[in-house]
Amino acid sequence: MTTHSPALIWLLLGLTASGTWLFRLSFIALFGRVAEIPDLAMRLLRLIPAAVLAAIVAPSLTHATGSFNLGTERFAAGMIAAFVAWRTKNVLATIGVGMGVLWALQALS
Amino acid sequence: MDYSPTGRRPFIAGFLDLAPILVGVFPFGLIAGIAAVDAGLGSIQAFAASPIVFAGAAQLAMMDLIGRDAAPIVIVATALVINARFLMYSAALAPTFRDLGSIRKAYGAFVITDQSFAASVLRFDQVDESLTDRFAYFMGASLGLWGTWLISSLIGVVLGAELPAEWSLDFAIPLVFMALLFPAIKDRGTTIAAVTAAVASVALVSLPLNLGLLVAAAIGLAVGAIWSRG
Repeated sequence: MTTHSPALIWLLLGLTASGTWLFRLSFIALFGRVAEIPDLAMRLLRLIPAAVLAAIVAPSLTHATGSFNLGTERFAAGMIAAFVAWRTKNVLATIGVGMGVLWALQALS
Repeated sequence: MDYSPTGRRPFIAGFLDLAPILVGVFPFGLIAGIAAVDAGLGSIQAFAASPIVFAGAAQLAMMDLIGRDAAPIVIVATALVINARFLMYSAALAPTFRDLGSIRKAYGAFVITDQSFAASVLRFDQVDESLTDRFAYFMGASLGLWGTWLISSLIGVVLGAELPAEWSLDFAIPLVFMALLFPAIKDRGTTIAAVTAAVASVALVSLPLNLGLLVAAAIGLAVGAIWSRG
C-alpha cells in the first residue's frame, strides 16, 4: 500500500498519460518536419519490450520472499508458466497455468 | 464520432479483426484494475489510469512501483521507457496518416496499441483503400481494445477490494509480463537484451529508489544493441 498522496498519484498518472500520448503522436504529428528515427535509436526501441519485461519479471520470481531464493513456490510456478508462455505465447494459458501451479503448491505445503 | 458511409465497413472490419485478441486482453485489464487497488489507489484513480494511459504493461509496472513507494521520478520514467516503443509505431503509421486533419491525428494517436498497430499495418499493406477507410479500420481496431480495456479494468477495480490476499492474485502481474515477454523475444538481439536485463535486474534488486529495473533494462539494451549490430 502506497503512502504517496492522492494528489501526487494524480500528477504521476497525468505525466505518464501525457508522455505516452506524446510518444504516440510524435511522428504522426511531425511527419515531414523531422528526420526519420536514426538507425541506433530504432535498434534500441526494438529491444525495449524484451529488456524491460525481462527486468520486471526476473526479480519477482527470484526475490519472491524479499531476498534471493530459488526454492519458493512462486519461482517454481513462474518457471512452469515461462515454459507455457514460451511454447504457446498465450496470455490466458500463461496466467491459468501459473496461478494453478502456485495454488496447487500452496495447497500441498 | 463521424465516419462517412464508406468508413463504416472498415471500422467494423477493424473491430472484428481484433475481436479474438480481446478475449486475452480482458484478464489483463482485470489484473490492471486489481493491481491499482492493491497498490493503494482510490477507486476513481485506479480506474482513471486505464482510459488516460491506456497501456497495460506500463500501468502494471507503475502500480507495482507505486505500491512499493518508489520515487515519483522512477515511477514515471519506468512507465515512459516501457511506452517508448510507441515512437516506433508512430513513425510507422505517420506516412499513411500524413493527410489526416490534426484532430483525427490527435485522437487517433491516443489509442494506438501494440495490437491495433500490428493489425492496421497488415491491413494497409494488403488492402488498397482510401485514407478515410484506413483510419476507420484503425479506429475500429483501437476502440474495440479501448472499450475492452475500460470495462475489464473497471471490473478489476470493483473486484480488487473484495479479493482475499490468500489467493495470491498479485502473482498474476509477473505472469502477465511473462506472457508479453516471450512474443517480444524475436531474434538474437532481443534474446540477449532479455537475458542480460533479467540477470542484471536480479543482481541490482537492492539499488535504492527501485532504480534496479531501469538500470538493468538499460544494460540489457546496450548489450543487445552491441550484439545485434553484426
